Amino acid sequence: MIRMALHQSSYDLRAFLRNRQSQFFTLALPVLFLVILGSLFGGKGQTTAASGGRIHTSVYYVSGIMALGVIAACFGNLVASVTAQRERGVLKRRRATPVPATAIIAGRVVTAVVIAVVMSAVVLGIGWAAYGVHIPGRTAFALVVTVVIGAASFCCLGYALTCLIRNEDTALPTTQALLLPLYFISGVFVAVSILPHWLADVGEIFPVRHMADALLVAYNPHTTGLGFAGQDLLIVAAWGAAGFLIAVRKFSWLPLGR
Amino acid sequence: MNSTGQERGADQAGTASAHAEPVVSVRGLVKCYGSHEAVAGIDLEVRRGEIFAFLGPNGAGKTTTVEILEGFRQRTHGQVCVLGHDPATAGGAWRDRVGVVLQESEPEPGLSVRECLALYAGFYKGPRDIDETIALVGLAGKAGTLGTRLSGGQRRRLDFALALIGDPELIFLDEPTTGFDPSARRAAWEVVAGLRQLGKTIFLTTHYMDEAEYLADRIAVLSAGRIVARGTPRTLGGRDHMSTAITFTLPAELQARDLPEGLRPLAGAGPGGSTALHSESPLVHLQMLGNWAIGRGFDLPDLDVHRPTLEEVYLSLTGSTSTKD
Repeated sequence: MIRMALHQSSYDLRAFLRNRQSQFFTLALPVLFLVILGSLFGGKGQTTAASGGRIHTSVYYVSGIMALGVIAACFGNLVASVTAQRERGVLKRRRATPVPATAIIAGRVVTAVVIAVVMSAVVLGIGWAAYGVHIPGRTAFALVVTVVIGAASFCCLGYALTCLIRNEDTALPTTQALLLPLYFISGVFVAVSILPHWLADVGEIFPVRHMADALLVAYNPHTTGLGFAGQDLLIVAAWGAAGFLIAVRKFSWLPLGR
Repeated sequence: MNSTGQERGADQAGTASAHAEPVVSVRGLVKCYGSHEAVAGIDLEVRRGEIFAFLGPNGAGKTTTVEILEGFRQRTHGQVCVLGHDPATAGGAWRDRVGVVLQESEPEPGLSVRECLALYAGFYKGPRDIDETIALVGLAGKAGTLGTRLSGGQRRRLDFALALIGDPELIFLDEPTTGFDPSARRAAWEVVAGLRQLGKTIFLTTHYMDEAEYLADRIAVLSAGRIVARGTPRTLGGRDHMSTAITFTLPAELQARDLPEGLRPLAGAGPGGSTALHSESPLVHLQMLGNWAIGRGFDLPDLDVHRPTLEEVYLSLTGSTSTKD
């Protein structure tokens, strides 16, 4: 099973690297947001409130955009590509082979996690080169674990959402319509500290906020200890588990829209 | 491709293939969608090494049946056995022996022909050689081309190649040439005929008569969820016992009652004022007609001898129900 999942993943990754639209939304857009937000708000001396004291705004945005990158790869891109594969009969044809269903899903999840980890490293690298943010040492393990837990959870949520989308053309608009408002109220585009309370409270419900918070904890230089945001990670994982249950019950290998 | 209808018909009548173990065996299969019976109780058997054609108009239940045999859909009632297993519960080891060309499936996005085959080869225990399979379906010149850049006919060949890469014993082809131009269809038929040479068993659905006639050893005609006829391309629907129509136009001064005695009872009105003889011994009757005409010193320039085509038999079998869909 694992061999087949990795085998498929290497081809899914290759297909991803040849798809301009996925590349733009998954690789280029997070970098673009980092550059724009970092340049707008992250100038010298600009700071943002965080637990343990004020941090450079660019540090804040690096962790926020890392969350965006993970979510774009594991949720946005996964929903678009899995829906397209399903509606074009590609998943159905794969199911006609001996490959186990779990290997098809696990292979796609591995693809998303690989992209998410690479994206996080790229965002960190750009932050270090362009804005002089630090590369974490003590909390590096927590940062990697947070990225992986978040990636897996958003993959589950992505699979759950594909059960509701009947047409591949609506996949991308649907994920963007869900994510863009959440990015604004979850501390990705705008610091939570300047949001009205009620809006911040709405953001608290959703996993985007907790993913961003968990990454901020793991990246914040004031963080003491190993850098695990236990409660945020639990909430993200709980959303992921809910998505997993929906996906297990409702996921279809056959096209829905035809 | 000298495996003509005659040879296959004779083989069918003989004992050799009749005793081969069934690869597909279906008893009393029913599939309901709500209160609608898409498949209303069918029995069929497919033997090893034969090409079995499942013919029927759109909406007759062909794809529903095939998808039950492929393990994609659950049946409502009946017994189904494919390669010794129930497809509804069969696992990976069973799928290792089955190849499927779906009615509608697009190429894997972002992968070349060879990469697609390499991906699928990794799913099977004992895959065929990739380049050999590409050559078998006639895509050797396109091995490095992205699947999505292929033409319709080439995509279908890629589908064939993907169904073959696991070296299956049984291959399902669901309307493999729908929407093809005539030359692409002919090329696809050659590929299917090549699979016969490899000893594969093929379950083909189609609504093209000529396709079934060219490829199939045996045919079952499905209409509104029921099998209305079965046989070889030569015997389907009693085709081999049907009378031949001999039509001609008599000179203006003659009428049907002037025909020789032996022909008069066969005569009826043909199209456009012509005379038609419905004969079960066409050679004898043609000779009588010829002797009579030549003896009176005239010719029958529009003489036509017509055996019912498979298409006519099929339309008479399905005509009453094919407007449903």
